[in-house]
Amino acid sequence: MQKQEFTITVYTENQIGLLNRIAILFSKRKINIDSLNTSPSEVDSVHRFTIVINETEEVVRKLCRQIEKQVEVLKAYYNTNEEIIWQELALYKVPTEIIAEEVKVERLLSQYGAKAVVIRKDYTVFEVSGQRDETDAFIKVLEPYGLIEFVRSARVAIIKASDGFHKKLKEFEYREPSEEVIENEYLDKNEEVFTM
Amino acid sequence: METLTIKEEQKQTEAKATKSISGSVAVLDALLNENVKTIFGYPGGAIMPIYDALYDYNDRLEHILVRHEQGAIHAAQGFARASGKTGVVFATSGPGATNLVTGLADAMIDSTPIVCITGQVFAHLLGTDAFQETDVINITTPVTKWNHQVTDASEIPAALAKAFYIASSGRPGPVLIDITKNAQLQLFEYEGYKKCEHIRSYRPKPIVRKEYIEEAAKLINAAERPFVIFGQGVILGKAEKEFKAFIEKAGIPSAWTIMGMSAIPTDHPLGVGMLGMHGNYGPNLLTNECDVLIAVGMRFDDRVTGRLDKYAKQAKIIHFDIDPAEIDKNVKTTVPVWGDCKETLPMLTALVESKVYPQWLQKFHDCMEKEKALCIQPEMNPEGDILTMGEVIKTLNELTQGNAIIVTDVGQHQMVACRYAQMNQTKSNITSGGLGTMGYALPAAIGAAYGDPSRTTVAIIGDGGFQMTLQELGTIMQFKPNVKILILNNQFLGMVRQWQQLFHEKRYSFVDITSPDFVQVAKGYYIDGQRISERSELKGALKTMLDHEGSYLLEVMVGKENNVFPMVPQGRGVAEIVLSKEEI
Repeated sequence: MQKQEFTITVYTENQIGLLNRIAILFSKRKINIDSLNTSPSEVDSVHRFTIVINETEEVVRKLCRQIEKQVEVLKAYYNTNEEIIWQELALYKVPTEIIAEEVKVERLLSQYGAKAVVIRKDYTVFEVSGQRDETDAFIKVLEPYGLIEFVRSARVAIIKASDGFHKKLKEFEYREPSEEVIENEYLDKNEEVFTM
Repeated sequence: METLTIKEEQKQTEAKATKSISGSVAVLDALLNENVKTIFGYPGGAIMPIYDALYDYNDRLEHILVRHEQGAIHAAQGFARASGKTGVVFATSGPGATNLVTGLADAMIDSTPIVCITGQVFAHLLGTDAFQETDVINITTPVTKWNHQVTDASEIPAALAKAFYIASSGRPGPVLIDITKNAQLQLFEYEGYKKCEHIRSYRPKPIVRKEYIEEAAKLINAAERPFVIFGQGVILGKAEKEFKAFIEKAGIPSAWTIMGMSAIPTDHPLGVGMLGMHGNYGPNLLTNECDVLIAVGMRFDDRVTGRLDKYAKQAKIIHFDIDPAEIDKNVKTTVPVWGDCKETLPMLTALVESKVYPQWLQKFHDCMEKEKALCIQPEMNPEGDILTMGEVIKTLNELTQGNAIIVTDVGQHQMVACRYAQMNQTKSNITSGGLGTMGYALPAAIGAAYGDPSRTTVAIIGDGGFQMTLQELGTIMQFKPNVKILILNNQFLGMVRQWQQLFHEKRYSFVDITSPDFVQVAKGYYIDGQRISERSELKGALKTMLDHEGSYLLEVMVGKENNVFPMVPQGRGVAEIVLSKEEI
């Protein structure tokens, strides 16, 4: 099985220490986390982790089950890049003087979908939201003009096939979930969600 | 400090809707509500308020003062394994807490329900490297099913309710609750204890999908050479009866893992022995000849499977487990049955045809004949004068009739004991299976003696492992649990020596271990005992040990360089099991 990029989406309770509990499942198998983001989710009080790793599907599946096994984890899904809409955000700091003199800033911004967040006398900060190749390309553009600082955020991703977590959470809150929501991945193999 | 008794508390509760109690009293009240009677622990600075409160609960809670926190947690493990209840441990912060780590890891891998309560420095000191401060939550995260730090007394009842629920439900495991000293001292408005029955992010028990049971039954009914392998899941699920009913109706030969041992009596006509590296010949060999392999409550540990790419490749595999993370983890299944086997097994039994497989079962018997001739016979009736571990176990069987709880440590004696001990009832085998913790047996046997005082507890320990936790003789001296200590002394770290002999050209590297006079050591703790080395003394000495009122230590000198066979050498398939060193 080929290694490829997978995005793992984990819905959890908001609990101190849970980040560590999830992270050690990766380090235990000596797997590097390429990107990790924690954020609120569509549901109040439910947290959402977005984790990117480069692994075989088999390993990712086993990892997701071990993640889901953690008491405070509600659900873990994994998806290939084709199954998600994803973005990263990058910030670039450049000297204003040079950039204003030598570049047609307006054109640059529209060409790369960038925007100026701050323009000061001494420096300007641009922002690009996009996929890795887009944020990378803008580095190349700015490098000749003296890129002072660069930073890129973790990936955030929306699962194309997901209906969100509202309905699912309700089922979690019931002691006896109804028949149609009791998932079994072997049965629901063809559905796009990874299951409990 | 609050020192009211429960009754007085109740009276006051009636008068007032809520009342003010300390966090420490809330801890003890939680234990009483969870029906805890025995605690294994060791006091220290950061847990002193709880120990202070305990002073007034002496009549309702029995606290066993161990000699080292590792002893406390192994004792709690032994207690849990013998009783089927959750073991409880108290320890202080810092070194008290870090000394629990080995036991937590052991309980985690062997799915033992444990609740550890550790003291912690005052909340305002957290993160300042205070005296006896250690980040116990982060240290224990990989070795606990759940852990949680409490810094406010009002959180204590709910945290403990959750702890007991998580430890004992689903696939059981250890839980640690770390309570800062201020929370133990703090008074808060107590509204009474409420047991936890539901956590929204935690599904310990899935609803069983009938389709899978039907598919499993179809495969079993069509099978010509079905084979059942079972683990501790049967015992943890309290499904011994359901399991027996299934194999007896389906007529399928069944082998146990070391952790599953005693779920059915060892002499059950369908019980064909133990799996694994030093298990029986037939179950290992025939794993690769069966056509349907039915795994119940076991996790395909590498000591059971040997080389995975040579494991049961010809068979369709049905895997019953309560932990979905175990399904397809090591061995790819044909039919997964995710659920509690107490529930799934009767559903399966209803669907399987009543059958017998005399020819197939005969194959196991034939293998046993071969094993008897080559491995068992020389172990049971050795030619020389020097005693073997096997004959000690055989003689013990004759005297206990298989009714004792056998607690073993780790190494050759463990393999020999598990290969030959007779066990008539469930929860008879207490051993460190997954982690292989030397030093486990003595404290675990103390716990087992409290867990089921109606039975005889025999701790079988090697000369190496005994020296790892022999301080717990002090616990036996003080609290007088009835533990029969049987040391099988081969004057070597025998299992490592065996490997050095077989795979490292007999380059014996630091396996030559000397021992103190164990009988004198025991005498120092006012525990009676004797050492023997003659066959003629064996039965009498074992009888003296078993008949002795209270604990007793019997040291038996056995052959120095005996090996345990059969053996599936590491890196080989189960069918490549060897019966003697000449075959390696």
